[in-house]
Amino acid sequence: MPHDHPEHHHEGMSPSGHPYRADDDTALSYWQAMEIAVRELLIEKGETSAEAVQRQIDAMDSRSPANGAAVIARAWADPAFKARLLDNAGDASREMGFDIGPMHLIAVENTPAVHNVIVCTLCSCYPRNLLGLPPDWYKSRAYRSRTVREPRAVLSEFGLDLPDDVTLRVHDSTADMRYIVLPAQPPGTDGWPEDRLAALVTRDSMIGTGLPKAPA
Amino acid sequence: MGGQDAGPVPQAGHDFALWEKRVDALMILGSQAGHFTVDGLRRALEDMGEDAFETMTYYERWIAAINQNLIEAGVYSIEELGRKMEEVQARATTYGEAAGG
Repeated sequence: MPHDHPEHHHEGMSPSGHPYRADDDTALSYWQAMEIAVRELLIEKGETSAEAVQRQIDAMDSRSPANGAAVIARAWADPAFKARLLDNAGDASREMGFDIGPMHLIAVENTPAVHNVIVCTLCSCYPRNLLGLPPDWYKSRAYRSRTVREPRAVLSEFGLDLPDDVTLRVHDSTADMRYIVLPAQPPGTDGWPEDRLAALVTRDSMIGTGLPKAPA
Repeated sequence: MGGQDAGPVPQAGHDFALWEKRVDALMILGSQAGHFTVDGLRRALEDMGEDAFETMTYYERWIAAINQNLIEAGVYSIEELGRKMEEVQARATTYGEAAGG
């Protein structure tokens, strides 16, 4: 059942390369029954509607790291925008038409001397309005526990070995305060148009567990 | 949890199932309606104890926390929830069928 879509080339894998989680045709779990019950009670009581739930899902599905990449690319291309982004990342992102919600969004800039990485030790706070839902590892016990304790070892697991003379700053997010990393612009890309720059910006480079792609 | 020992960071990911996306949507809608705050959810999550972090998945913990807050806010009673869950569980044995699609 989950594997019969012709557009998927790798059996059991999604187009984004992730394995499918148990699909809708598996046995109804206690917590799934609770989700259905809670949702239906809210609808029956007029607190929400099926359409409103679907609209929320559609809105979240439409958010992806491409939104964040567009913001980063503009900051690289436009020094005035970069200044506004570092001053107030929420307002600067709203300028580009992104819905940031009521939370504070702070952009932290990577430089040759400083590398930033974000984590949420409490839970899973993440700049979801710009990047979409967080990857599973961001929510894992291992990432949340160790990133504040031995960040260099964690980054090393992501294939990012920082020189010892680079200062590493770890930012612990909260529900009201989210961070996004402004990676350093790759050398050799000065004057590039924003769409070409955006293609170099990876999700992990905006979390700080990776670097932008090198120009091809 | 921050600062504790833990194993390697698991790199595998998964696509979110429909029921998980619905939990996420209920969190946002319930919060927008003023029934709870993120802090209220947080408190419910912490009250579950460390065991819940080993035995329940992320969105399982969230629906439990959302439910707890909605009952506390008086949106529905625990009896109403119980009756509704029994009704849902009696409908079908799979999520897709029990949820009506």
